[in-house]
Amino acid sequence: MLKRLDEFVIGETGLIKKVEGEGRLRRRLFDMGVTPGATVYLRKKAPLGDPIEVTIRGYELTLRKSEAVLVLLEVEDR
Amino acid sequence: MKRFALAGNPNCGKTTLFNNLTGSTAHVGNWPGVTVEKKDGVYKKLSEPIAIIDLPGIYSLSPYTSEEVISRNYILDEKPDCVINIVDATNLERNLYLTTQLLEIDVPVVVAVNMMDVLEKAGDSLDEKILEEKLGVPVVKISALEESNLKELMEVAFKASQKSRQGDSILYNKDLNHLIGDVTIAFKGKKVDNPLFHAIKLVENDEIETKMHEDLLPMVEDFKKTFKDETFGDDIEAIIADERYNFISKNFSKAITKHEVEVNKVKENKSDRIDKVLTHKIFGLIIFAAILFLVFHFTFSENLFFLKGVFEANEVAPCFEGSIYEGLFWTDAGINSPGVILFNFFDMSFSGIIDATSAAMEAGLGEGHWLTGFVCDDVLTGLFAILGFLPQILVLFLFFSIMEDTGYMARVAFILDRIFRKFGLSGRAFIPMIMGFGCSVPAMINTRTLADENEKISTIRVIPFFSCGAKLPILVAIAGGVCEVFGFAHVDLITYSMYVLGIVTAIVAVLLLRHTTLKGEAAPFIMELPQYHWPQFKSLMIHLWDKTKHFVKKAFTIILASTIVIWFLSNFGWNWHMVDDMQDSILASIGMFIQPIFTPLGFGSQLTAIGWVFAVAAITGLIAKENVIATFITLGAVAVAYLNSGAVDPEILAAIEADEEGVSATVQMIQATGITWQGCISFIAFNMLTIPCFAACATAKGELKKGTFKFTLAFWIIASFLGAGFTYAFLSCFSLETLAWAIPVTIALVVALVITFITIFRLEKKRTLGA
Repeated sequence: MLKRLDEFVIGETGLIKKVEGEGRLRRRLFDMGVTPGATVYLRKKAPLGDPIEVTIRGYELTLRKSEAVLVLLEVEDR
Repeated sequence: MKRFALAGNPNCGKTTLFNNLTGSTAHVGNWPGVTVEKKDGVYKKLSEPIAIIDLPGIYSLSPYTSEEVISRNYILDEKPDCVINIVDATNLERNLYLTTQLLEIDVPVVVAVNMMDVLEKAGDSLDEKILEEKLGVPVVKISALEESNLKELMEVAFKASQKSRQGDSILYNKDLNHLIGDVTIAFKGKKVDNPLFHAIKLVENDEIETKMHEDLLPMVEDFKKTFKDETFGDDIEAIIADERYNFISKNFSKAITKHEVEVNKVKENKSDRIDKVLTHKIFGLIIFAAILFLVFHFTFSENLFFLKGVFEANEVAPCFEGSIYEGLFWTDAGINSPGVILFNFFDMSFSGIIDATSAAMEAGLGEGHWLTGFVCDDVLTGLFAILGFLPQILVLFLFFSIMEDTGYMARVAFILDRIFRKFGLSGRAFIPMIMGFGCSVPAMINTRTLADENEKISTIRVIPFFSCGAKLPILVAIAGGVCEVFGFAHVDLITYSMYVLGIVTAIVAVLLLRHTTLKGEAAPFIMELPQYHWPQFKSLMIHLWDKTKHFVKKAFTIILASTIVIWFLSNFGWNWHMVDDMQDSILASIGMFIQPIFTPLGFGSQLTAIGWVFAVAAITGLIAKENVIATFITLGAVAVAYLNSGAVDPEILAAIEADEEGVSATVQMIQATGITWQGCISFIAFNMLTIPCFAACATAKGELKKGTFKFTLAFWIIASFLGAGFTYAFLSCFSLETLAWAIPVTIALVVALVITFITIFRLEKKRTLGA
């Protein structure tokens, strides 16, 4: 079952299956390495729960929940 | 001269490489039309000098921010002789993504794998031959920080620049390549440079490309109808991004020998441990507040570490007692912070220079010559008042640069984003705003880090509302005067409320701006959080030196000129003769002329004949906010003469001159003009919200997009009239004489504001529902 990145809990890992959205926002996600096939690890949430910080392609990326909702992943067992 | 361009991701060590290649030849300017920094310099260690251009850090060649557009256009249009692509060895995967796009352009490319020292320290190694073979361009391993292999890199780049290079694509989908081939041929037919690059970008549905070459779009659309990929369908954008990353991970795994086998396994290094504390759920915000407090404490405090009590108990005498540097490091009120020590040093030296100049001129020209007054009291004092700020601005800048360079600033944005989004800003905007409490100039320069243009304009506009250091004297003097004349006990209460008024106005203004003329959702917040690292002394110093040059240039041009103009206006009458009494000067008549517009604010026509001083003080405040109280002190004599129908009591005059804070002068002003206390506070509010000083205006003009500065000036004028008008009306509700008009006016203003907000939000809701 696919799960959206904004619903991830800290410590969860997933494999990106689909990136929704359109235009520049989606383009930006791709450019930052958020593409289908990449593994994402949810590292941390900001003190107020949003934005979130993930490890992807070997570096730390932060994005808001409103952007994370566009990313669909398959949860991986640890 | 051959030109080499440096291109790469942000945080890949590009600036360090640039600094080490160009040294003292570096020149910082702006790219034409935008405020993105342009850095160029010369590399001299080859047989011929090479111009080096540092392009803004970019993640891809698809335009997202104005910086990315600049980098892309430079490489495409200016055609450098070679592009040196710097990639971070510790993060090859994402860094090489840009490389795969650069390769598509018809330009010689050399890949410089930077931070090899970090990689090797971690026990990893990299085989550049594999990369070279797969990428088809020379690859050189370097360490910009340790300056290793830089000469070799330049030699390889020089060799590469001697041959032309055809763009090459690493994409491997057969059908897609067929389409790209067709579009490339079409571009060649149109005689477009870099046909392959444009073809791929068009197929990728790139914003700029589809606008520029609409005629070729049908080719792509037709293809999409027949094309279907197993996993992605007709989502060509996703396929291309996926292929780029696949290509990289396939070859990257072969080229690099990792100490740890699993790349995605989360390893905890030092940076992660620091991060855990600094962005902690609860402590994160507290630590940030503490750091911020320390920064301001070290820059502005005259009572470092709160040791005042100890100093008083031991009756410590000020340092250097009796010399012009008395109290440089400490006074009886405590130790000075580094910022204040620097400020004092400059201030005291400047006073020394002025005194010496004045003495020398008096000896030569005789006592009371107008030229002495002009040079010493006006030009030098005005100039030094501005230059005197430089040390504290630099100290503030140094602290914020360190926070930026270490990677902490990105975390600050991360922590605060949620709060700021409510106002339509991103977490990034907090830094320039808080810097505004120190000085608007560095604060406005700092807005460069904001990606969204409208967000940047809004932030610049509200920065002056965060009352800067130079506005504090206005508060102290007038609040002090009000308390003395009208018998209030709490000076600090007035001061504090004025700060709050500024902040509240800023919040209201941002909300209004972001929902009307500068509309926009908070820009997307998809940002890299770089690893923490120590700031580099060299780049910090280069940074500070650039700022110093910029500031000094401004002080000697625009500010010097304006000081002279004000001097002329306040010392000459309309008959072009020097006046003895400032009341006959051009400035006074201008003051009298504009005085009526301040009537709704409580310091206009309702005052006595001498009421123009408030108008004049407000005008002189446009040069530097210190001038407001300085004007009161200068005009103090006029006020005293007016009060006593011509007779001037020398004792009162002496008291005014001895009181550096200007409270006595203000007291005289209040009594002579007959201003109410409501009018006084409204005058403070006006000065806090109106057009900032010359230095800040010049900075704003430089930072803002062409054509927006005049609207910004208008915005400040409107904001100050509304803010001060509201303050005046609201406070007048508390006085029996004015209550009759004040209550209805206050209510009307509040209702107008509420209606404005409701209308805006209604309209917006409608629009979003409609869309």
